Amino acid sequence: MATIHIDGKPYEAKAGENLLESILSQHLDLPYFCWHPSMGSIGACRQCAIITYADEDDTRGRIGMACMTSVTDGMRISLEAPLAKDFRSTVIEWLMENHPHDCPVCEEGGECHLQDMTVMTGHSMRRYRGTKRTWENQNLGPFIGHEMNRCITCYRCVRFYDEYAGGKDLAAFGSRGRMYFGRFEDGTLESEFAGNLVEVCPTGVFTDKPFAQSYTRKWDLQSAPSICVGCAVGCNVFPAERYGDLKRITNRYHGGLNGYFLCDRGRFGSHFVNHEKRIKHAGVRTQSGDYEFGDVSNAIKVAGATLGDRPIGIGSPRTSFENNFALRELVGSENFCTGIDDRELEVIKTALDVMSRQGIVVPSLKQVEEADAILILGEDIANTAARTALSVRQAVRTKSFEMATDAHIPTWQDAGVRGHAQSEKSALFIATPAATRLDDIATQVTSGSVSELVALGSSICTRLRSPSASSDDFAGRVADALRTAKVPLIITGSSLQSIELVQVAANICVSLQEHDQTSSFLFVPTEVNSVGVALLEGGLSLSTAMQRMAEGQGAIVLENDLYSRAPANSVDKALSPGNFLVLDTLENRTAEQASIVFPAATYAEQTGTFVNYETRAQRFYQVFEPQDEIAPAWSWLSHLAKTLGTGSTWNSYASVLEQCAEHTYSLLRDIAPSSDYRIDTTSRIPRQSHRYSGRTAMNAQVNIHEPKAKVDTDTPFSYSMEGQNPGDQNGATIPYVWSPGWNSNQSVFKFQQEVAGKLAGGDPGLRLIENIGAHLQYFDVDTPELSRRDGSFEVIPLHLVFGSDEMSNQSWPIRARIPAPFVLLSQQDATILEVKPGMGLRVDGITESLEVQVDSRLPSGVIGLPQGLVEIPQRAIDRAHLSVDPEFVARSNASPEVIAKG
Amino acid sequence: MLSQIKTLWTVFVHLFKRNETVQYPEEMPYQAPRYRGRIILTRDPDGEERCVACNLCAVACPVDCIALQKTEKEEDGRWYPEFFRINFSRCIMCGMCEEACPTYAIQLTPDFELCEFDRDNMVYEKEHLLIDGTGKYPDYSFWHVAGKTITGKDKGEAQNENKPEDVRSLLP
Repeated sequence: MATIHIDGKPYEAKAGENLLESILSQHLDLPYFCWHPSMGSIGACRQCAIITYADEDDTRGRIGMACMTSVTDGMRISLEAPLAKDFRSTVIEWLMENHPHDCPVCEEGGECHLQDMTVMTGHSMRRYRGTKRTWENQNLGPFIGHEMNRCITCYRCVRFYDEYAGGKDLAAFGSRGRMYFGRFEDGTLESEFAGNLVEVCPTGVFTDKPFAQSYTRKWDLQSAPSICVGCAVGCNVFPAERYGDLKRITNRYHGGLNGYFLCDRGRFGSHFVNHEKRIKHAGVRTQSGDYEFGDVSNAIKVAGATLGDRPIGIGSPRTSFENNFALRELVGSENFCTGIDDRELEVIKTALDVMSRQGIVVPSLKQVEEADAILILGEDIANTAARTALSVRQAVRTKSFEMATDAHIPTWQDAGVRGHAQSEKSALFIATPAATRLDDIATQVTSGSVSELVALGSSICTRLRSPSASSDDFAGRVADALRTAKVPLIITGSSLQSIELVQVAANICVSLQEHDQTSSFLFVPTEVNSVGVALLEGGLSLSTAMQRMAEGQGAIVLENDLYSRAPANSVDKALSPGNFLVLDTLENRTAEQASIVFPAATYAEQTGTFVNYETRAQRFYQVFEPQDEIAPAWSWLSHLAKTLGTGSTWNSYASVLEQCAEHTYSLLRDIAPSSDYRIDTTSRIPRQSHRYSGRTAMNAQVNIHEPKAKVDTDTPFSYSMEGQNPGDQNGATIPYVWSPGWNSNQSVFKFQQEVAGKLAGGDPGLRLIENIGAHLQYFDVDTPELSRRDGSFEVIPLHLVFGSDEMSNQSWPIRARIPAPFVLLSQQDATILEVKPGMGLRVDGITESLEVQVDSRLPSGVIGLPQGLVEIPQRAIDRAHLSVDPEFVARSNASPEVIAKG
Repeated sequence: MLSQIKTLWTVFVHLFKRNETVQYPEEMPYQAPRYRGRIILTRDPDGEERCVACNLCAVACPVDCIALQKTEKEEDGRWYPEFFRINFSRCIMCGMCEEACPTYAIQLTPDFELCEFDRDNMVYEKEHLLIDGTGKYPDYSFWHVAGKTITGKDKGEAQNENKPEDVRSLLP
């Protein structure tokens, strides 16, 4: 630690850290643009000028940039000296010379870092009378709007997009006053992290296009802390609402998980909440096959009669832990099914077993970034859990930080660190069936069918156990890298549905432990609450449950489209008796056949808990009240329990949670404060900003009398602007970030203990499983037989970041990025079959012809079918025959211009 | 004593002055152009809506009686309010909205006759607020100052703007 004197006052700071970070960590105000807590300093904008003094007697000092200065003990600086203040306001004046008169029609207005900094420096009057520079904009696709006139050349966009996220299609062009940030030509930004440009850009050059369509200022949005439902990472988000519509998603800082960034599935994948196919009323199917809506009590009565004695319950990995628990209470655990396909559930359970053992580190994403040797076995994480891939991208920089430290370059000196390391990277080995978007940073990649990957894993394990056998092949190099690493990390997942793959990954961890190394094990499930529902354990497997349904037993299907879980013919058979009830948010093929439907709330309309890949349970809160008859699933289940006379009934979320915690994990109570939590013992935390506008006019066309704000008995939040959001409250209860003078998302530093560190009130979430089980033993892996060559192809499920997630697929911005259904072929097989990309292939078992795509890495004899895009789940067919469809016409992707909202 | 006589005198003198009271409503009193009465939305000199739905009036309003939603007509690139609602039963005619408006769209007028028997009739939607003229500021057009492109005004064609830069130029 070092002591620094800022304007005469002593402060504690970390020696060697950059001065700007130390100043902000003290929650002092100093304007800046180009520095970003995740990307370090480059000293491009000259905004964070301060005066440094040589010693106590020095009264003149000299001007310097805080972001480029190392903290030294006893250093004396001034933020308030007139010279520094003048300098900063002059810099802003220069930056504003060409800035257009756009604020009223700019989506950044009201949460603009440039606005904040301009006000902070005191520059209020334009003296420049010359003409302004202008630019042509580009169409950057369905997610990102571009308005280049507003640029202040801070370089944050390219530093994030290219250097941090590994994008290839955004660059800085031109020279001197003509710097241009865009693509080489118009077109969709390809990276799945492009949405972060909206938050990274300090002004309105890159804006959220879907949000802009029905734009609302930040101060008018109602929001609450929530969890992204896109995948199993459990990134923390702020969903924001106005006039009953979910308007947008922004990043909610979590020191251990998502940090400052989200992926685009998470950011743009939530518009399903406003979908026109939302089920809004309880309905009973009549003789004619149509639904009769409007009578809730009748629907519940009919449900009671239809379901009969002891119905079975099919849960869901896409709804909260509590909702699944409520269903299990209603039907009894022997009649409860998790709703996950049998094989996938086995994979998840195997992984959970590994994760509960002593000595196994289940890394948070922050820990992933510290790994210095990574093996990715089988999982295409850039598609199944994209945020994880962004962390892996940072992990390969571990070596460059080590090199920089050796060369006495501060690690925050971004240009210096990158320049010194050149192309040196930490070890990253990728073994997947097809090419991944991380291949560009990998030390080495290899491909194989599932059985080949299992064999490869076993071989790595053998090399680790007998180091002398090391040789110069892939397995040998992986073994060498893992053995010499300080923090080795093994990543695998459930998307290939192979238990053996998880077992060999675990075996590698065991052999690392034998060498007294820590072994980090990251398992990526596919859905937001896959782990949660797997932990609940049901007595029924999905196949048995469906068989019982086919036999005529009544069933309750909770937020689960069975057609996305099992082959269509078996689902058809299960649903044919028709005496089942569906509780869901959107219409789907399963709901269409139910005799009763109840409208369930989405994650934005209810409070609950999701359990992420690390078994971290995190609370999400109701953002806004649902419309019509929509209610949380647990409340429908409570009504049903009353009618059926079984299970328990609850009248508030708190009572469900209490019972759930009692019967499952008591930790669930502790992951977030209870509903009586108050700031300064009296204040609730407001969901609305202190300048939420239009209160007395929003509903005036319906009722001139303003309704009383709903009193929230379930959470510590209020449905109004009343209360306090001080920043140091429990980390799970931050509804939005704002601080006086800091209207943009940059204000998040006021909510942190130190810049880019933990939240002031602690990072949210607790792990439900502790590593207390017995030490892991080697699994006896039965290697599946290698591919036969009988003219058929092994089918591998491909996950796509846009297209393989049931709910985000219903979000209209995502729909514009979903490719046409395709079949992925190896180069060799394409040559043998004499097909080229764009031609059509028939795959037996699938009705429609699929467009051919050729993958550079896919082994011959293997084809990839995209999950969620192809009608029949490929799980039904492990091997398939192919034939060319000469009449196939390639369906081009919907262009961003023609997609209609909703 | 003296002051009472003075007062009586003043009252007496007023007997011979012109009446200030007018026979309203038969006779309309004079209202200064800047009187703060009923709120209107005005149009640009080119006849298009001035309001760009920036929400600054709504946030400036101390009684929160303005609610609106931004939308965009695809053909021209301008921002518009999809709906614009003022609840006059809450409005206190303070004029903060007019002061906050960056486009001179929202203006207060000398019309003060806003009485209704039914409070519901005090809710004005955009069709009730929008007039056909420019109001107090006949010449100003926000879109000719702003940098954003609209139909008929490309990049570089707004006031004080250079032609768009050529990114591919290598000239110093």
